[in-house]
Amino acid sequence: MAGADGDDSLYPIAVLIDELRNEDVQLRLNSIKKLSTIALALGVERTRTELLPFLTDTIYDEDEVLLALAEQLGNFTMLVGGPEYVHCLLPPLESLATVEETVVRDKAVESLRKISHEHSPVDLEVHFEPLVKRLASGDWFTSRTSACGLFSVCYPRVSSTVKAEIRQHFRTLCSDDTPMVRRAAASKLGEFAKVLELDYVKSDIISLFTALASDEQDSVRLLAVEACVSIATLLPQEDLETLVMPTLRQAAEDKSWRVRYMVADKFSELQKAVGPEITKNDLVPAFQNLLKDCEAEVRAAAANKVKEFCENLPEDSKETIIMSHILPCVKELVSDTNQHVKSALASVIMGLSTILGKDNTVEHLLPLFLAQLKDECPEVRLNIISNLDCVNEVIGIRQLSQSLLPAIVELAEDAKWRVRLAIIEYMPLLAGQLGVEFFDEKLNSLCMAWLVDHVYAIREAATCNLMKLVEKFGAEWAQNTIIPKVLGMANDPNYLHRMTTLFCINSLSEACGQEITTKQMLPVILKMSNDQVANVRFNVAKSLQKIGPVLDSNTLQTEVKPVLEKLATDQDMDVKYFAQEAVSVLALA
Amino acid sequence: MAGVGGGNDFQWCFSQVKGAIDEDVAEADIISTVEFNYSGDLLATGDKGGRVVIFQREQESKNRPHSRGEYNVYSTFQSHEPEFDYLKSLEIEEKINKIRWLPQQNAAHFLLSTNDKTIKLWKISERDKRAEGYNLKDEEGRLRGDPFRITSLRVPVLMPMDLMVEASPRRIFANAHTYHINSISVNSDHETYLSADDLRINLWHLEITDRSFNIVDIKPANMEELTEVITAAECHPHQCNVFVYSSSKGTIRLCDMRAAALCDRHTKFFEEPEDPSSRSFFSEIISSISDVKFSHSGRYMMTRDYLSVKVWDLNMENRPVETYQVHEYLRSKLCSLYENDCIFDKFECCWNGSDSAIMTGSYNNFFRMFDRSTRRDITLEASRESSKPRALLKPRKVCTGGKRKKDEISVDSLDFNKKILHTAWHPKENVIAVAATNNLSSLPDVSATLYLLAKPPLKNPPLKKMLGRR
Repeated sequence: MAGADGDDSLYPIAVLIDELRNEDVQLRLNSIKKLSTIALALGVERTRTELLPFLTDTIYDEDEVLLALAEQLGNFTMLVGGPEYVHCLLPPLESLATVEETVVRDKAVESLRKISHEHSPVDLEVHFEPLVKRLASGDWFTSRTSACGLFSVCYPRVSSTVKAEIRQHFRTLCSDDTPMVRRAAASKLGEFAKVLELDYVKSDIISLFTALASDEQDSVRLLAVEACVSIATLLPQEDLETLVMPTLRQAAEDKSWRVRYMVADKFSELQKAVGPEITKNDLVPAFQNLLKDCEAEVRAAAANKVKEFCENLPEDSKETIIMSHILPCVKELVSDTNQHVKSALASVIMGLSTILGKDNTVEHLLPLFLAQLKDECPEVRLNIISNLDCVNEVIGIRQLSQSLLPAIVELAEDAKWRVRLAIIEYMPLLAGQLGVEFFDEKLNSLCMAWLVDHVYAIREAATCNLMKLVEKFGAEWAQNTIIPKVLGMANDPNYLHRMTTLFCINSLSEACGQEITTKQMLPVILKMSNDQVANVRFNVAKSLQKIGPVLDSNTLQTEVKPVLEKLATDQDMDVKYFAQEAVSVLALA
Repeated sequence: MAGVGGGNDFQWCFSQVKGAIDEDVAEADIISTVEFNYSGDLLATGDKGGRVVIFQREQESKNRPHSRGEYNVYSTFQSHEPEFDYLKSLEIEEKINKIRWLPQQNAAHFLLSTNDKTIKLWKISERDKRAEGYNLKDEEGRLRGDPFRITSLRVPVLMPMDLMVEASPRRIFANAHTYHINSISVNSDHETYLSADDLRINLWHLEITDRSFNIVDIKPANMEELTEVITAAECHPHQCNVFVYSSSKGTIRLCDMRAAALCDRHTKFFEEPEDPSSRSFFSEIISSISDVKFSHSGRYMMTRDYLSVKVWDLNMENRPVETYQVHEYLRSKLCSLYENDCIFDKFECCWNGSDSAIMTGSYNNFFRMFDRSTRRDITLEASRESSKPRALLKPRKVCTGGKRKKDEISVDSLDFNKKILHTAWHPKENVIAVAATNNLSSLPDVSATLYLLAKPPLKNPPLKKMLGRR
């Protein structure tokens, strides 16, 4: 606290406090983020009696300020005087838990959950639990949705009478009039179930779960699927069949595709939660149905899970189930009408080869890979190519190379530049797996062709690709195969191609080392300093700056410096600028 | 709750008239949409100038005992500004095409407003406290003393102040419509809404502005094959998965979002077979549906075409259960209505709170109400001349051929520049709002007036000048 005769150390704090209500949002936000500094200066008592009441009523502010405030208050326990006084933080957080902006409310709930642990059992019942009840019976749905997230943190630490009340409140919210509250309750059902005694899980939670899973709103029903995972993990195996499975079966066949989508999306979690026996008897047929669903979104979600589902099948029957139940559905998906389904499948299908082993892969999976490599949709082909490493381990990539090459060539020449860009990015990976000979023979020309693509992004990616290839195959390979071609482009009539030479040099010089750079690249760059196009000339200056560190000082002084000095007197403003910049960066002045 | 045919059949009187009377009224003042909120305590209007005006119903107070029921301006804000799309060289008008309220979620109110391209979510909230007390300056902003000799810190305190109503834009949903947006509708799941333009319908999440899902797309691959456009769309009031859209061919499609992510296949198709005897050059134009509204119960829907209003039972697709003629006498005038473009006017329609009566507009500032149980109907006129407060409105009659009786008006003397396109009915009470437009292009004959009508009180309270001003 300040001394009686004034103290200039209070000035910054005074500014911070004043800026809590500045008109500029950014300044208010800064102040709120330094709220702990303000509180520290005020001391615990004034923080409790003055600062917190002020903050409780500032819920008119912008969302970002409120969000920051909600977060700060979660770490405020020591600043109000420790756990003994932590309940003073409840009023501002309570009002933040009722605003309409979901992110703010969620943050307020998060902070409330955090400080709930700092309440003594007595305070929890005297202060915290009444707040939860107030929120749970609030007039507006915003407060009721916030209440849903608070039950689970206070339940374990209160007396059994209060526990009964909490369970009652949760039950009420599960059948609230507004779908928002039912959604909030459904999304917290699993979490609440975890803190309940097993008997109450069976008596209370199961009936709520069943009710929410057959709610009239599909947006509520789909959240019950998530709760299903948590509830299933809590129950003993023998109860699953009667208490959970009927609801899960119903969800997997729900009229609404969004609910079935959710089942497909959570399938791996469900599989782990219900265990191997139910998986074999129930989930396998359910999964087959999802893979054959009439809605493409559902099929795509299920296709995404194929590998994970197969991996987690019980060891004893894994191969039989995959071969007789899953693979037939997968075969159909390869020729699905929807490209998203096919590309979802393509992103995981290669993973099956490690599970099925060499023979099955060659006999059953290889034809599917080959079919997908010829798919009309480029994304499908790309997904296959991007996962080649899985197959490489099992059967070696040579088995595929026959079909791989045409697929790569076609993608490399696709009319959509984003597709070309995607395949370029896989080139270093492919090169590594196919080996240098195959690469030189079949793919090198493609990599060079991209350098003169009419889309800049492709030329840029192509130069970057060359660098990665050189890192993989070494400087000698570079000298023999790519550098002559790159340097040859310096005489191209198109100035864009001449610039590509410079860009390539920029990225290759380091990988190629001093000798190649000095002997082969530098002369070409220096010659280009006389180019008639200013863009080429200033890129010469930029390139010299870039490769400077690779060159020795003698070369810099005798060869680079004169050229840069000449460019620094160029007629063109930009050439001058970059030449001067290079001179100063390379310290040649 | 009584419909139009309650204890005092068809008796309505003006309770308030909002809008400028003799000052200059500009084109921008013309009301383009009217909408009550769910409780009926707030009434929002949008105009061609991109403004939204919200009226709030006065609560009964001791010093003004008869002000109960009066709607007064609560908040006015500029929702949309004129814009220019430089890529397409298109002007984007600021005109508010539709306003939809969100169900109330906390003390603030929320509404969606849209022009041709951009939908905005607005928050209307009240503030009655103000922070006071600075450290470095006084309340007028003058610096106090030496800032480096501060002896104590002051924390601001909140003091009561006069009520202030603020409207702030919360979300802007842009860049999803290539054509003009004609409808927005909030879903009963309270987290999504749909927006429809001439060829597509998009589904949005109320909290996500950077993406929407296209759920209907009727754009043909070749635009020369275009034969129909979407004219209106609405979500079912209770079933979150059901919505309908109407087309320029006079048909309505009902879609179920559970069935598939893309609803290009409808679940139900409502169409009334055309009567070959009345077929004419104008048949297709006048069968175009200008508005579709579900009843509050969700059992029926109502569609408005150029000459009639039809009520459909959702369980019967082959014909409407009720058809009401709005201004059948215009059938002989279609040629001139085509020439002056009036035939393309988009009349809206609305249900009363109990679904027992419906209302829609017509020309000459007439509007029509139909009682569904008695099948009785009435024509009323919204005009300043007849707008004596608390006086019963006389029904109007249009004479069709033959001798004109006293009090009747002949078809030829109807003024087609005066029209009522937008009406709204209080969701619980017998209060209606009627927006009259007179959009003759020759200023200053433009007028833009909002009439609020109510049932006459059964006991006669002292008359009071009720003329409000917008």
